[in-house]
Amino acid sequence: MNPILFIVFLPLLAAIVGGLGNRMLGNVAVKTLTTGALFASCALSWPVFIGFLSGTLHAGVTPVLHWVQSGTLSFDWALRVDPLTAVMLVVITTVSALVHLYSWGYMDEDPDQPRFFAYLSLFTFAMLMLVTADNLVQMFFGWEGVGLASYLLIGFWFRKPSANAAAIKAFVVNRVGDLGFMLGIFGTYLVFHTVSIPEILAAAPAMAGTTIGFLGGRFDTMTVLCVLLFIGAMGKSAQLGLHTWLPDAMEGPTPVSALIHAATMVTAGVFMVCRLSPMFVTSPQAMQFVTFIGAATCFFAATVGTTQWDIKRVIAYSTCSQLGYMFFAAGVGAFGSAMFHLFTHAFFKALLFLGAGSVIHAMHHEQDMRFYGNLRKEIPLTFWAMLAGTLAITGVGIVDVFGFAGFYSKDSILEAAYARGTELSQFAFVIGIIAALLTSFYSWRLMFLTFWGKPRWAGSEHIQHAVHGAADHADAEDAGHDHALGDVHADGTAGYRPHESPLSMLIPLGVLSLGAVLAGFVFHTAFTDPEHGAAFWQGSVFFDEKLMHAAHQVPFLVKWAPFAVMLTGLGIAYGAYIRNPRFPAAFVAQFGAVYQFLYNKWYFDELYNAIFVRPAFWLGRQFWKLGDIGFIDRFGPNGAAWVVAQGSTYAKRVQSGYLYSYALVMLVGLVGAISWVLAR
Amino acid sequence: MSGFPILSLMILVPLVAAIACLIADAPTARRVALVATLIDFALGVALWANYDIGGAQWQFTERAHLFAGFDWALGIDGIALMLIMLSVFLMPICIGASWLSIEKRVGEYMAAFLLMEALMIGVFAAQDLYLFYIFFEAGLIPMYLIIGVWGGAERIYASYKFFLYTLLGSVLMLIAMLWMANEAGTTSIPVLMAYDFAPGAQKWLWLAFFASFAVKMPMWPVHTWLPDAHVQAPTAGSVILAGVLLKMGGYGFIRFSLPMFPQASAQFAWLVFALSMIAVVYTSLVALVQHDMKKLIAYSSVAHMAIVTVGLFAFNVQGLEGAMIVMLSHGLVSGALFLSVGVIYDRLHTREIHRYGGLAINMPKYSLFFMLFTMASVGLPGTSGFIGELLSLLGIFQLSSWVAAVCTTGIILGAAYMLFLYARVIYGVQKNADAAAMPDLDTREWLMMVPIALGVLWMGVYPESFLAPMRADIAALDARLAQARPVGDSRLAAAKPATAAPLAPPAEAR
Repeated sequence: MNPILFIVFLPLLAAIVGGLGNRMLGNVAVKTLTTGALFASCALSWPVFIGFLSGTLHAGVTPVLHWVQSGTLSFDWALRVDPLTAVMLVVITTVSALVHLYSWGYMDEDPDQPRFFAYLSLFTFAMLMLVTADNLVQMFFGWEGVGLASYLLIGFWFRKPSANAAAIKAFVVNRVGDLGFMLGIFGTYLVFHTVSIPEILAAAPAMAGTTIGFLGGRFDTMTVLCVLLFIGAMGKSAQLGLHTWLPDAMEGPTPVSALIHAATMVTAGVFMVCRLSPMFVTSPQAMQFVTFIGAATCFFAATVGTTQWDIKRVIAYSTCSQLGYMFFAAGVGAFGSAMFHLFTHAFFKALLFLGAGSVIHAMHHEQDMRFYGNLRKEIPLTFWAMLAGTLAITGVGIVDVFGFAGFYSKDSILEAAYARGTELSQFAFVIGIIAALLTSFYSWRLMFLTFWGKPRWAGSEHIQHAVHGAADHADAEDAGHDHALGDVHADGTAGYRPHESPLSMLIPLGVLSLGAVLAGFVFHTAFTDPEHGAAFWQGSVFFDEKLMHAAHQVPFLVKWAPFAVMLTGLGIAYGAYIRNPRFPAAFVAQFGAVYQFLYNKWYFDELYNAIFVRPAFWLGRQFWKLGDIGFIDRFGPNGAAWVVAQGSTYAKRVQSGYLYSYALVMLVGLVGAISWVLAR
Repeated sequence: MSGFPILSLMILVPLVAAIACLIADAPTARRVALVATLIDFALGVALWANYDIGGAQWQFTERAHLFAGFDWALGIDGIALMLIMLSVFLMPICIGASWLSIEKRVGEYMAAFLLMEALMIGVFAAQDLYLFYIFFEAGLIPMYLIIGVWGGAERIYASYKFFLYTLLGSVLMLIAMLWMANEAGTTSIPVLMAYDFAPGAQKWLWLAFFASFAVKMPMWPVHTWLPDAHVQAPTAGSVILAGVLLKMGGYGFIRFSLPMFPQASAQFAWLVFALSMIAVVYTSLVALVQHDMKKLIAYSSVAHMAIVTVGLFAFNVQGLEGAMIVMLSHGLVSGALFLSVGVIYDRLHTREIHRYGGLAINMPKYSLFFMLFTMASVGLPGTSGFIGELLSLLGIFQLSSWVAAVCTTGIILGAAYMLFLYARVIYGVQKNADAAAMPDLDTREWLMMVPIALGVLWMGVYPESFLAPMRADIAALDARLAQARPVGDSRLAAAKPATAAPLAPPAEAR
């Protein structure tokens, strides 16, 4: 049997058995089953990846079941394995297996653990179906499947109204993107008469330059198709305009944020663009669109990330921003670099999220960084893991010597953007440098607020709650902030002792730290090197050797610019949060408008509520009350009934019973009939 | 099984059982009805098993001359087979849904349902124009009684509205049928399907049939009877109304309007598209603001049926097959959703959404089924809803990107109102003590849900089982429509517009 069948279907099997078995099987059985399935899946995935790395494996497709045959439209359930898929396989199964393990500790006190683990495994299955898709419809199956799992997991704590709202928002906003994806599929079928990805990619170059009618206009065919499909990618990967669901998705348990909203699902859009890269390169306009959206998102999210207080939201915006990097890398034609950043990002971002989860776990569910501080000494292992993640995301490294994971991938993207040499790619390069500065700033801000400084825990309701117990919760709530000032312990700790997380949570942190440190150094040759890259990818992504050559020969300044801004960002964060902690407040007082604008995420939510959500409900009420009841029913059936009722009233009056009135009517009728006959 | 009048038998079994129910006491009537519907289901399975895919277009044909050009002519093709299967599949579930909730006049109630089943099978199996008309119209009567006698508080208004709307359209259809029989000299539907009416006459005939089918479908703006009928009907009545009766409109289009009047169909396609586009957006938004669960699902039905009509008038194989799958899927899914509402209505006797909440805590099994059917309604891939929507919308895209784009917004709005409903009923805290005390599904309810759930997944994962029997018939219809197929608005042009302007058609489709 082909290992890919096990890799993909073991998680599904575990999800079904665990989900339906639920309480019948019990916590431990379900957790063992799902986690075991994922580790097995992971163990089978790495040999596939290594096989492609060493060049011993070649792309292949494993058919599973015939799916749909309608006229000339035909597609199957099939599993495609090629280098691109193999990269995703290891990312998905590794992070998923570690997240499963981590959840043993993190979700230990939750009453619904079987449901949680079943959802996680279901998600993994859907994600694997997405990356092994050989046709667009199966990709859409995985696409929607991960959307469902994401919806279920964001709303996992379904008693919380905010979690439910966030879950619905995530699903619906993604559906806006899916509208584009579906129209893209329809258009692709219209143009190519197939939805098979290899066939489309083979036929795409011949279609370059053709035009097509769409929504009354006439456009370049490939541009229309690529932009439509890319709108789908924008939804899933939370790009500017369709990003609003991602920060809210942090309502889900933290392991979910690590797996779905950092490492895997949100990168599906990048994967899609890379999978269809031979198609995208046939349309320069579409590539520019991708570059622009990527760069804009990269900048936007980084600016918002600098002002957030919730530790998970900072990392969420950071994810959004890093996805922007991946997209503009794809947009400038450096698909290998985009995939490389996806790969390294999966490790260090999952690490940061799981580390944040460990902090939250230690701080009794407090997520506000204003109530952290000095945790370096309390939870040292978590600290070291988070440090590795921060070094990776900020791209610490010395050119040609050694660097952390993000150093290689981010530099590769920036160099490629510079080397592409178009106006837009230069713009993307500049934006990328600015965003790197911001990335360094908000990452170190997070580290300093959390792990350095004095403890500020006493101000937290969660901590007060933990210290005083549930009995006098009401008092603690009342006294909350005052209490902090007159803290009996006078050291800001409120007498609380954070505790390091259990082993089940620390092992994943350790493994991912290893990835954050080494993933870039070990794999950068295979992913982005001009010669090795072409050999590794085997044509599964469009690999521009010339561009990658040029990227290696960019000027000295370009090569060192990311390093310089990284140090600058670190310096500013150090100055503002260690040296002079009053600086941020002073800044806010001075530039209140800027701060409010960033803190409120550029007011996207408010804008969308005003122009989409509220009008939709208003229109619905108008259509219902005025349209259906006030108009259609009034003049339709009720009107007809009224006419009949009125008519019968008149008819009743006519039947007066008087002989002369009947005689008169008869006479009038007779005269009328005769005159009509005569007049004819 | 050639020569054996299985279709007549399928009509006869419920009729006989209906008479038995009328004279039996309540418990016996329930059992008789269940057994009769199960027998019919078994006969349906036999029918499907013996249906020769790729064989003759019309199979299991029977013909007996009755009087004055009026034939008892039955026979089915793949399309009719699938709709008959849907009917006989849902019927035992309806009887199960009424098992405890109907307490008065049980015998009459069961008789009405069994009569309904006989008439539904008759509609899909009839091969004679007049026979079809009789079945089609007679189906109104038991439904009218079911709503009017066993319905909710405002059942009289609802049943009257239902009857008035549906009858009005039918009068025009009857006149058209009389004219057609006179013109073509036959009442045989298969013959008429190949008869070429003059284009001028087609126009009027098409409109006459449209009046009837549009109401049945229902299409905007003649849809307002549906929410009222659903809200007032007992659970099983809603299941059969949404599951099968609405499909008669779609069946009418695919059996009469399209093959008999292809030119007129092409001519009036814009009308169908306009009404469907309005329906998708309009009724979806209305569904978003409903407080009554049944009304919400009823409005969503109108939106889904609009996807059927655009698929039917896409004039290509994908559109037609998609429309059929949407019909079958909607039959299962909306039926299941009404059942789901019925389950909690039986416990709390209210359909008001805000009276529930937090059911995931005390009714986890129920929540799981409801989630599956919600997702199927939303059109999640892997469920039946997706296959239909995909094919139908893919079909219409080849004709008009505008219609496709507007109708595809249904996937956004559909997700919004269904998930909003689900969140309010299933998630959240248990704010109502009586709702929190409701027990989870019992065995009877579980037995009703599981078959539908399996059907929904089957149709989503391996729709080939359902597409294969219809393939030849759809292909034949597609070939018949080829003469009138409108040109799409995509007009792929080989080179850049600047250099090839003369090659591109001068008039851009707007």
